[in-house]
Amino acid sequence: MRQYIIKRLLILIPIFLGVSIIIFALIHTAPGDPYAYMVESGLPIEEKEIQLQKIGYYDSLPVKYIKWLGNVLHGNLGYSIRYAEPVTAVLGRRIGNTALLSVTSLAASTLLSVFLGILAAVKKKTFTDHIISVLSLIGISVPTFFLALGLIKIFSIDLNLLPVSGIETTGTNYTGWRRAADIFRHMFLPFLVLTCAQTASMVRYTRSAMLEVLGQDYIRTARAKGLAKRVVIHLHAFRNTLIPITTLVAMSLGHLLSGTVLIETVFVWPGMGNLLYQAVSNRDYPLIVSGTMLLSICILLANLLADILYGIIDPRIRYD
Amino acid sequence: MMNQNKQEENGTSLFKVGIKRLKKDKMAVFGLGILILFTLAAIFVPILGQYDPSAQDLLNTYQPPSAKHWLGTDELGRDVFTRLLYGGRVSLSVGLISTGISAGFGVFLGSVAGYFGKAVDGIIMRITDIFMCFPFYVIAITVAAIWGSGIWNIMLISGFLNWTNICRIVRAEVLSLRQREYIEASKALGLSDFETIIKHILPNILAVVIVYSTLGIAKGILSEAGLSYLGLGVTPPQASWGNMLAAAQSLRVLSLYWWLWIPAGTAVFITILSINFLGDGLRDAFDAKVN
Repeated sequence: MRQYIIKRLLILIPIFLGVSIIIFALIHTAPGDPYAYMVESGLPIEEKEIQLQKIGYYDSLPVKYIKWLGNVLHGNLGYSIRYAEPVTAVLGRRIGNTALLSVTSLAASTLLSVFLGILAAVKKKTFTDHIISVLSLIGISVPTFFLALGLIKIFSIDLNLLPVSGIETTGTNYTGWRRAADIFRHMFLPFLVLTCAQTASMVRYTRSAMLEVLGQDYIRTARAKGLAKRVVIHLHAFRNTLIPITTLVAMSLGHLLSGTVLIETVFVWPGMGNLLYQAVSNRDYPLIVSGTMLLSICILLANLLADILYGIIDPRIRYD
Repeated sequence: MMNQNKQEENGTSLFKVGIKRLKKDKMAVFGLGILILFTLAAIFVPILGQYDPSAQDLLNTYQPPSAKHWLGTDELGRDVFTRLLYGGRVSLSVGLISTGISAGFGVFLGSVAGYFGKAVDGIIMRITDIFMCFPFYVIAITVAAIWGSGIWNIMLISGFLNWTNICRIVRAEVLSLRQREYIEASKALGLSDFETIIKHILPNILAVVIVYSTLGIAKGILSEAGLSYLGLGVTPPQASWGNMLAAAQSLRVLSLYWWLWIPAGTAVFITILSINFLGDGLRDAFDAKVN
């Protein structure tokens, strides 16, 4: 197992380099001089010169890339044009909000999709199964931001039950539970939209995972020795369905983190997605590049986690 | 009579079997019907449409739906229904062309990787891994910001970022096809690798490519809608479903003028739903692995 993890980590290196080369190439096609923003603004010209030399402004392209990569790996991502502070600080403030939204909706959609997927598989080809299938198809077909707009229209504008956007009511200084309740009210709609979208796409996998397990010999054996259907499903089948589902959840995490651009923008949720969208509107290239890099790494690591978990949970999988 | 029957039985190609299965799938037929209807509407709107999509009528802005304007008018007095049909032209062609690009890329790289194996396969699969860990909307808005927005850039962005799925599926198919005897035979006959791929491998993966391209069109249309909503896609005054939806960014439009954004969103939704119905039907009918 350890060997496998090491091997996977080694494969990660060329992929990471590839990602960074493409992103580096993207910055260089950007209009304007990206190096102008990599040094702190307001320095005297001589000092700026030294800094520019240090980060590789005068080097050839390959050397430039290597120096840039070195800076990235040291967490030295340059300065945001818009916020005039290190990119890491700006990103740090936002990443928690995105994590809050995506982790909770991932948890909710996992529970929901496991429940619905198993229900659909157990009641295969019945009315319940068809309803779940059709609902999940509808769920993956509706553009998430359109659903979001519809919900804002109904719940925030027409019924006036929930806030339209943001994370906290401005002008209030709630603390403790009242603050949590306030954030919860703001979070509810974006959470709902992400959960619906995520559940819809996951149900199809949980259903087929359960169907596959239910077709196995040991399930038939368990039934043949007289165990009730319920017991077989809860004890034998469910546990085995968890193997592919774990992989699915880990893989979804990365995509959820990146897929929140639209939803965060619709709800003006102060997370990474919204930040990057604003960075694009402000032509804040250092911020765009670092954010993209960060999110790509998240997806990369989530995929790695998925592979490793798969190996740990399923004793049948042996990597040598 | 019997002879004829037998002949028919022998003559039933996998394609015919697939079509037969597809016809029985009510959802797929329904989806196909809707798509044909939308496509026809998009093609013939210049002939059928009463209005010019960019004709302004500043005395009649924000009119609610009426007999004269089926879906009302927008902030410049333009007929929303006409714009919806013209928007369909743009959105559907973005879906089709971007899928053409991604399918072309995916099939080329996938078949090369699967056919040659070894180092070639390794390199292509690592490139696929690289593209798979790009967060789609983040990269898309970055590229749109650098290259500029516009209908062609949307097609390119969506095409270049969505080929990985088809590539992996094609590769897996080709890997198994490569072992077949007829591939060996074609090599023994002296066909070059290129000829073997074109004449003997591609025809056999066509069904899979069509199935997954169909589903890819949905992705293309969704990308257009999303990017145009963010103002980084199709640029106004040209209408697209995505930039019609962008009207809802204004709270006033969102709360007061539902006819400006709900029809466009519904059009995207119904199109994607139909494509998914059809795509699922095609997969069940033609993809041998599912059966």
